Amino acid sequence: MNELKTKVTQLLNDKTIDVFIGYGKGSSDRVRAAFVRTQAQVELLIYNEKCTQNLAGYLLKHEVKHLGKIGILANVSALRSIMQLASEFQIKDGEVLVLFPNTDGSLTEFSDFSSIEGYLETTESGIKQEEQDRITQLEAMTVNKRWDFWKAEFDKCIKCYACRAACPMCYCHRCTTDVNQPQWIPVASHERGNLDYHLMRAMHLAGRCVNCGECANACPMDIPLNLLTYQLIEPIRADFGATAGMKADAVYALSTYKPGDKENFII
Amino acid sequence: MEKELKILKYSDLSKLIDRFHEKGYPVLAPIRKGKVVEIEPVQSLDAIALDALLSTQSAKKATFPKVEKVLEYTLDKSGVIQHGVDMESFRETILFGVRPCDASGFKSLDAIFGEEPRDQFYLTKKDKTIIISFSCPNTDEYCFCTSVGGGPGNTAGSDLQFTTISNEEILVEILTEKGAKTAQLFADLLSDPKVAIDKDKFLADVKVAFNCDNVVENTTASFNSASLWLEQSLRCIGCGACAFVCPTCACFDFQDEQNTKKGVRLRLWDSCGFSLFTLHTSGHNPREVQSQRWRQRIMHKFSYMPQQLKVVGCEGCGRCARACPVDMNIKEHLTAIAQV
Repeated sequence: MNELKTKVTQLLNDKTIDVFIGYGKGSSDRVRAAFVRTQAQVELLIYNEKCTQNLAGYLLKHEVKHLGKIGILANVSALRSIMQLASEFQIKDGEVLVLFPNTDGSLTEFSDFSSIEGYLETTESGIKQEEQDRITQLEAMTVNKRWDFWKAEFDKCIKCYACRAACPMCYCHRCTTDVNQPQWIPVASHERGNLDYHLMRAMHLAGRCVNCGECANACPMDIPLNLLTYQLIEPIRADFGATAGMKADAVYALSTYKPGDKENFII
Repeated sequence: MEKELKILKYSDLSKLIDRFHEKGYPVLAPIRKGKVVEIEPVQSLDAIALDALLSTQSAKKATFPKVEKVLEYTLDKSGVIQHGVDMESFRETILFGVRPCDASGFKSLDAIFGEEPRDQFYLTKKDKTIIISFSCPNTDEYCFCTSVGGGPGNTAGSDLQFTTISNEEILVEILTEKGAKTAQLFADLLSDPKVAIDKDKFLADVKVAFNCDNVVENTTASFNSASLWLEQSLRCIGCGACAFVCPTCACFDFQDEQNTKKGVRLRLWDSCGFSLFTLHTSGHNPREVQSQRWRQRIMHKFSYMPQQLKVVGCEGCGRCARACPVDMNIKEHLTAIAQV
């Protein structure tokens, strides 16, 4: 913790960065994102087991970018988000200073993308076992049962778009949902509108989701939205050998063609 | 009308719900769905989550649902034929087991939808809704009703209010003509209190966090304090969770869903937190950054509504803060504004 505060103080003092995105105390027992720009604000920084939010989503927020050069405390999910954003030309190498909190409390500074890639190669960053178990359960269901499951879940949706807003990969300037000429997705939060929205979002995240779980964490109605996109991770890996957020120069599996690509999904 | 006090046996509460159904009233009440508490139609008392602190969403959906049909139309050779919504089809409904902040939240909605042109969809439903609230025995750190003129036993907006005074008894306050008419349905289950009851003894202690007059004054004066709004909203990600769970947020959008032969016009919830909310066709957006949208949310509730509708647009229920994915805590932010 002290190492983090010392490091951020030094980075701000020597003007390496203008703002550091970390965690601060929140309401009750929650933690929240902190945007540290001054010495006084450095004291707000905390780091504990509750600090799991993927802060990478803030890297593309207009007002945060506007603060100047950014430093960020990035957990594994955030590292993968940064890699995926880099591969989609949203972040340039060297644009963001990345500090990674090791489990022993020490910090690792990643000065470039290749060092992040190197770290991710040797780190377990897949879907958690309990989430994998839920996916296995869902896949074992009959189509009708699975349909009933998602129907009941989507029925709770109020289309507040917290899932989209919280997702570091949902950065489209104009989301398909918001396009009205032509209107691809019904705006209403009725059965059809909710279904179309969530399936469209899952499809757009196929091969791009870094399994951080922010969508499900953000949902005020407690819909396990992460399972939708997580379920698409393995098929993309199996068919195209691609896993999102591992390489800064990765090409997107669903927008490229290789002669060796499997075509078993074509009915 | 003058308030009337009665006693209902706790063991008769289930009879009450059955009685409402026998008399043909649908009952909406809080029920648990996993971690969330939803206000939905219920058939019996067992389903109702009376112990829940608050429902996740507010009770506004009873009179202002997330999707509402306002018009249907068909197209034939003679032109467009409009079919309105049959207002008579709304049935008198009992909203049961909601909290005082839900009941009093309707005064903001009444003011907004009661302005000319009066909104018949909302007003008809509201007129046919009987509100039976339960006072609050519990609170948490997000509640601040007492800072905005409410309280855990606030009766404003309720037709009847129930307060659990022991394991066996409920104090029933009959507050309106509608409430008196409803109480007639179960008059045989009510008795007169034998002793004076100090209702406050059974209510949660919700501490006053800030002076609301200061918030109203400072909000109005702080419109141009860009740094205030920026500091408060840097972590805001611009979703609509706060607005959609809010008992007083009433902004909406219209969308037509149609094919070449027929269509339906829908009214849908909207939120000033969305960047799309104020986006012009030209591409210009007068609220181009999130801090301006956050300012709008606070200004609307604490400056524009008090000025134009003589009502503060916040009940202090704290739902927005509980629902916020990034911990935007409105109580904390209003406390800061009160001290500007």
